Amino acid sequence: MSNNLRFKTSKFIDETYRVSFKFNNKTYFGFKGDTLASALLANGIHLVGRSFKYHRPRGIMTSGSEEPNAIIQLHDNSSRTEPNVRATEVEIYEGLVASSQNCWPSVNFDIGGINNLLSPILPAGFYYKTFMWPASFWEKYEYFIRKSAGLGKSPKVADPDIYEHKYIHCDVLVIGAGISGIMAAKMAAKNGFKTLLVDEKSYLGGSSIYDNSEFSKINNQITSSWLEKEINEISKIENLEIKTRTSVAAFHGYNFLLARENLTDHLPINQRENKVRQRLLKIRAKKVITATGSIERPLIFDNNDRPGILLSSAIKKYIDLYGVACGENNILFTNNDTAYETAMSLIQRGIKINAIIDNREQIDSKISYEVEKNNIRIYKGYTVVDTYGYRRINKISIMKLSKDGQTVIGDKTKLNCDCLGVSGGWTPAVHLFTQSGGKLKFREEDQVFIPNVYPSDQISVGSCNGDFGLEEIISNTLSSIKKFLDIDNSEYKTVETISGLNQSKRNIWLLPSDKSMGKTKSFVDYQNDATAKDIKLALREGFRSIEHVKRYTTTGMGTDQGKLGNMHALGIISETAGTKMGEHGTTTFRPPYTPLTFGTIVGRNVGEFFDIFRRTPIHDWHVANNAEFENVGQWKRAWYYPKDNENMHQAVQRESKAARDSAGILDASTLGKIDIQGTDASEFLNRVYTNAWSKLAVGKCRYGLMLNEDGMVYDDGVTTRLGENHYIMTTTTGGAANVLGKLEDYLQTEWPELDVYLSSVTDHYATISVCGPNSKKIVSKVIPDLDLSDEKFPHMSFKNAKIDNIKCRVMRISFTGEHSYEINIQANFGKSVWEKCMEAGKDFNITPYGTETMHLLRAEKGFIIVGQDTDATLTPIDLQMDWIVSKKKYDFIGKRSLYRSDTIREDRKQLVGLLTENPEEVLEEGAQIVADIKKSPIEMLGHVTSSYYSPNLKKSIALGVVKGGKNMLGQKLIIPMENKNINVTVADPVFLDKEGERLNAKL
Amino acid sequence: MFLINCPFCGEREQSEFKAGGEAHIIRPKQPTELSDDEWAEYLFMRKNIKGVQFERWNHVHGCRKWFNMVRDTSNDQIKAVYKMGEKPPVKKNV
Ligand SMILES: [Zn+2]
Repeated sequence: MSNNLRFKTSKFIDETYRVSFKFNNKTYFGFKGDTLASALLANGIHLVGRSFKYHRPRGIMTSGSEEPNAIIQLHDNSSRTEPNVRATEVEIYEGLVASSQNCWPSVNFDIGGINNLLSPILPAGFYYKTFMWPASFWEKYEYFIRKSAGLGKSPKVADPDIYEHKYIHCDVLVIGAGISGIMAAKMAAKNGFKTLLVDEKSYLGGSSIYDNSEFSKINNQITSSWLEKEINEISKIENLEIKTRTSVAAFHGYNFLLARENLTDHLPINQRENKVRQRLLKIRAKKVITATGSIERPLIFDNNDRPGILLSSAIKKYIDLYGVACGENNILFTNNDTAYETAMSLIQRGIKINAIIDNREQIDSKISYEVEKNNIRIYKGYTVVDTYGYRRINKISIMKLSKDGQTVIGDKTKLNCDCLGVSGGWTPAVHLFTQSGGKLKFREEDQVFIPNVYPSDQISVGSCNGDFGLEEIISNTLSSIKKFLDIDNSEYKTVETISGLNQSKRNIWLLPSDKSMGKTKSFVDYQNDATAKDIKLALREGFRSIEHVKRYTTTGMGTDQGKLGNMHALGIISETAGTKMGEHGTTTFRPPYTPLTFGTIVGRNVGEFFDIFRRTPIHDWHVANNAEFENVGQWKRAWYYPKDNENMHQAVQRESKAARDSAGILDASTLGKIDIQGTDASEFLNRVYTNAWSKLAVGKCRYGLMLNEDGMVYDDGVTTRLGENHYIMTTTTGGAANVLGKLEDYLQTEWPELDVYLSSVTDHYATISVCGPNSKKIVSKVIPDLDLSDEKFPHMSFKNAKIDNIKCRVMRISFTGEHSYEINIQANFGKSVWEKCMEAGKDFNITPYGTETMHLLRAEKGFIIVGQDTDATLTPIDLQMDWIVSKKKYDFIGKRSLYRSDTIREDRKQLVGLLTENPEEVLEEGAQIVADIKKSPIEMLGHVTSSYYSPNLKKSIALGVVKGGKNMLGQKLIIPMENKNINVTVADPVFLDKEGERLNAKL
Repeated sequence: MFLINCPFCGEREQSEFKAGGEAHIIRPKQPTELSDDEWAEYLFMRKNIKGVQFERWNHVHGCRKWFNMVRDTSNDQIKAVYKMGEKPPVKKNV
């Protein structure tokens, strides 16, 4: 059978270059230049998959990106495996491996095919209706649905290919390199516009490049010859860049477009090493010319989905471009003249045409007369009412259409065929235009939506603008591009065209059948198995908006976004509902036009570049000393330092104990640091913090709490007055960027009169915190010149110092409740100073501790962590931090909100300490807190925010927020867990050394 | 993605900017004098217009300056940009 299907005359196929490939585990041959689809067809293979819902056999239907059926899994079981690839777009290469999807155990014998027999009980919305009840059964249903559904398999291992992103700026972007696109690009580039021309195919010229028909000529030359010369000419223009295999995926506002450039997919795997596979082009164009052409419409009739049924234009392309016949006994079924071009191509190659079925009664074009001259029977005013053949079409039956086209009359005739080409006219490819925000209008004469209102500096030309005849295409492209680019010289003197085609069409959205509607299966969306019947059912059930009908019937919801059938869906809706086209909305085409791989979307942002992380200057030491790390914002922070197989709990217990018993050392470099200068710096701090700052002496530090304007705690940290008009503010690690942004906002917009300058210096300093009873001894060894006496250097003060001649700032501040120092030094000296501290602390068992121990130590003291113990719903009063809210200050950010009716409620959630009845029991952070477990429903009073086992107190401690907690001291509450209820007592949140004896001890 | 004409830097990609909500809401000079309702009006109430809207934007990955923008939210056309403190254009003229 397959021997007769290849015609070795196409200049696009390299017959000297034979390529072997595997499809469904069988080896086949094709030629360089073939797509997987053309190579399969040359081997006589039409059946390539099963449909989604009914598992009906499906064949290759188109020759391009609109393909709904021939979606295959590429590269079986390898790291490159890719589902949902259109066989019509895959260029074959030596060693290609592909297989059918959505069928088990094989495409020829598919168990899911039983769904086809069950189809009377599988109408639109079946899944919604049936599986909603009883709710408890859903899990069981879901298991079966998921098993039988699915479109291919996603890869299980990392993608080995390289992808990248590239920005392109141009004056004019031309999308599509058919006749219009080539002409537009030439006119733009020759007139000095920096132009980019892209096309999704591997060749230029669109469908005209293989148009060798005598019936359409330009300047008395065969269209393809004329076009070849044009292509040759534009390839030499300097300011014109041409990219093939480049598909525009998205057209956003402001002429920002995304395109995928395919670089290696057509190469054998062993030639792809170290090459970029695909490039995501981010194109910013001053002007955009869309010349994306049009997509042939199928016809909607009973059993219109059998393998062997193709678009008529696809049959023509397979012959003329690839030299492949789709069948040996062809029938064409059309409502317009373009099928006659296919007929002529078939006739030229001597391929048999059994008949042409034409919906039209009157056909009056040169090309149709020529076809008739070749003794081909044309059934005028007829329609196909049914098709036969399971794995491949073998017969059709036809009947005469009534005058109004709503019914069929007369006798049924059966005709044999192995291939049926259908043509329902053409739909302008307006997808990108509508993505950009363009508004369409409906043209009644030939029932098409065409561009109407342009949202940006762009234009559509050619058949995507609704110009279908060769003459209109050329003359309208010329005139509109001249106007669009405001140029006089079009580069084209006179362009004469001859066309043997008429534009007449008899449009019937749903062709009538002799069967009742309920007994037909006329597919509108092939990929999702949505039929005309389903759409009518949706309308009967009250759906009206196209978007609702789409979702209910799943029409247009497949990976092809219904490129073939959406127009018919709209047509059937409007006919059934008796409304005008477009009245129920047109469907929205969303990016991407064709699916993009994740690799292309993420580009180089993979592996360590997926999410950039920040390292402190001391990071390498932590790594060398076995630290486990925790992500805090983008920072990697040392979490704990396990020793000899310690688990986290054991390490943290050891670290916490050492810090209180002798000395601990913490890398605090990640804390946000903002340098604040200016004559109004003090006033500024007064306005952004809740407490007063004017009287803070130079050389002193103060803890500050920052609110949002709604009164909720936003950030906290210690700020030091370095000079009269100079402060250094610290913020939380995660809040640093936002705090700076917020302060800048107030300075620029609310208080521009203040003389204040802010500068982020987080990365400029390494911050080393040494704490514990022996911290003083250690720091005095590291900085011998610094007087650490309590008189000269009391708690909450700061000194400039030098370590080996390097200037540093030392603050005596504490987040642990221990006597402690914070050394800030230029970042690149951080690691060496840390090592100095370690050396000096050797005799004191100085113990590096991470964030977990830091959290534990501060929890013992009842110090909050913004973002852990607070969320955006707690005021300082809720946190029992009334002491930090100035009563005297006239205003500060958030002050007024602290006495709104809501914020003064007594029953707000308030921060409290929690002690478990069993001191060994450690609560789970996030656990719910209740008072009465017998009440139904149980009232939730709050939740645990921080919880630890304190080795210093030898008991479990926790912080939590509880409704009205402030007045519940000593009260018993319950933490209900999965298997038990834990009894707790509300306690003071300060568990250790409330009097501050440790902090103020004479050392 | 918009192209935004930062009044300080010129035309830049939208990805460099951060939107900051409705413009020309002035923080009351004497919040303590306000009733709960008046304060809530300042604090919470924002317009969400389909059409021409006055907005604050920040060139956060650029000069970090805040500025104002007049944008038609129905089609994302930017009608005007102007610095903080400058007089806004009259709505019917943009
Ligand atoms: Zn700027």
